[in-house]
Amino acid sequence: MNVPVLELKNVAKVYPTTPPVHALRRIDLTVDSGELMAVVGPSGSGKSTMLHIMGTLDRPTGGEVTVAGYRVAELTDSELSGLRSAHIGFVFQAFHLLTGYSALDNVADGLLYTGAALDDRRERAVVALGTVGLSHRIGHVAAQLSGGERQRVALARAIVGDHSLVLADEPTGNLDTKTSEGIVELLHDLNDAGTTIVVVTHDLEIAETLPRIVRLRDGQVESDRSKVVA
Amino acid sequence: MSNGDFHSSIHPSDLVRTATVGLRTRPLRAALSALGIMIGIGAMVAVLGLSESSKSELLDQLERLGTNLLTIEAGAGIGRGDAELPDESVDMVGRIAPVEATSYVIDVPVNVYRTDLIPEAQTGAISVKATEPGLLETVGGTMGVGVFLDDATAAYPAAVLGSVAAMRLGIDSTEGTPLIWLGDEWFAVTGIMNSLELHADLDRSVLIGEAAANEFLAHDAPPSLIYVRAEPEDVLTVADVIPSTANPQFPDQVEVNRPTDALEAAEAADDTLTALFLGLGGVALLVGGVGIANVMVISVLERRSEIGLRRALGATRRHISFQFLAESSLLAGAGGTAGVLLGAGITAGWAYYRGWDTLVPPVALAGGLIAALLIGTLAGLYPALRASRLSPTEALRT
Repeated sequence: MNVPVLELKNVAKVYPTTPPVHALRRIDLTVDSGELMAVVGPSGSGKSTMLHIMGTLDRPTGGEVTVAGYRVAELTDSELSGLRSAHIGFVFQAFHLLTGYSALDNVADGLLYTGAALDDRRERAVVALGTVGLSHRIGHVAAQLSGGERQRVALARAIVGDHSLVLADEPTGNLDTKTSEGIVELLHDLNDAGTTIVVVTHDLEIAETLPRIVRLRDGQVESDRSKVVA
Repeated sequence: MSNGDFHSSIHPSDLVRTATVGLRTRPLRAALSALGIMIGIGAMVAVLGLSESSKSELLDQLERLGTNLLTIEAGAGIGRGDAELPDESVDMVGRIAPVEATSYVIDVPVNVYRTDLIPEAQTGAISVKATEPGLLETVGGTMGVGVFLDDATAAYPAAVLGSVAAMRLGIDSTEGTPLIWLGDEWFAVTGIMNSLELHADLDRSVLIGEAAANEFLAHDAPPSLIYVRAEPEDVLTVADVIPSTANPQFPDQVEVNRPTDALEAAEAADDTLTALFLGLGGVALLVGGVGIANVMVISVLERRSEIGLRRALGATRRHISFQFLAESSLLAGAGGTAGVLLGAGITAGWAYYRGWDTLVPPVALAGGLIAALLIGTLAGLYPALRASRLSPTEALRT
């Protein structure tokens, strides 16, 4: 299956500071449906900027971005919101769970802006929490969960909408090695089940376990290497 | 490829749920910021309720007393010495067509004592007035004990006590017909009147018959004060013609009063106070609104990552601004509801204590809520705008 979920063509991002910062220069990248990919690079290499542009949270200053077949440049701000709610799931380093809300409702919030009713959202959240192995923690609030469990809840929130693309920004950045391994394993499982995942990380060890690694340096793709899957 | 087929939408019930996130995660702060609005609205509703309840009490009182009673006395004009009402003035006023009843009192310049052994200087500040049997009905009085003067007793040394006079003389019953020492004569007490709301002077008086005053005290004088009951719709017309009727020669020496005017004047003074308190309530409300705006601005700063997350989940700018606007309105609405209840409670409590009917104007209840919501919305405008203008990447960078 070689349907591109995400295409960056000659993408550039310049921050208009003095002097201007060229965060991204002429990036060409295609992510196909069903891929599991790592984006690595040192701090300041443009990883986060690229993730934001892939996720339509930010617009490039040059080039063209296409997500799920839609050219981002042609969409208004609120249409981009709609695109995100329908096609893109996010996982953040800081989890960003709502305190005081149960795991179930945090996951159900992944569908909040699709217009689905609460009952329907909760029903699907139960399934997603089962997928990440947290069926037994459904009613717990964020404060009662361990770091690894919180990130699993965040993952469940990202996949609850069956999005075309899941973007994970340093998903293991706040976790110890053992917990990180569990999350990476989960990413593999989700990918095996068909989810397209892009992981931005500075942890090369984790990146090495993923089928494709894109290295960024100074806003440019330094290398793009796919493992030959046996 | 169409680009118009995306739009984020949120289920209406979730709009309310998201608006309560801040209230649920920080209940104490929410309660404190709603408190200001509650105090403001509570004060305003209570002021309006109390003013309305006391006004209804006044109307009851006026209805009970009747606003159709006029009093006539000789005005002491400058340079005229002591003016007097002519002897025939009572009869003449009685002939004005819409006049239903007249009565009068004549001041008798003697002192009254419980016994003849009491030193003369200890008068007890009780005045003696001569009158006729119709007085009680004309002024709308009632008897506490005993009977008022009648045609028979008015010619004998009999006396009726005003409520204050009775207290000062130490007489609370007519049993055994107590005697009082009045102008060097013994008078028998036949009755004690209940207090008269509009005639404190009668409360402090001992009333005797005019004939008795003539015979036993050798006092004969024109009426000091005439009471006139007129048909209610013609009171003002009657008041206009009284001076020239009562004293055709010197109409400007006749002073006509309506005792109930004093009550209405007192009420008008209350209105000024009401306006003042309403103003104070308004200030409290304004301060409450500023408090909510302040809390909302802080809340937006603190919840940047939540705003970023929501944008990532697909919230539009409008969803974000609505969430914060609704939260601010909810805060103020909750404060307003509590304030309306507080104000109504205060009114009910005070009215109960004073024995009034509780009357909280519905306009104050509805107006209080609407004002709170309006202030909450205004207070939330700027924070909501700020929240919605936050770029998602900036919001997530925390």
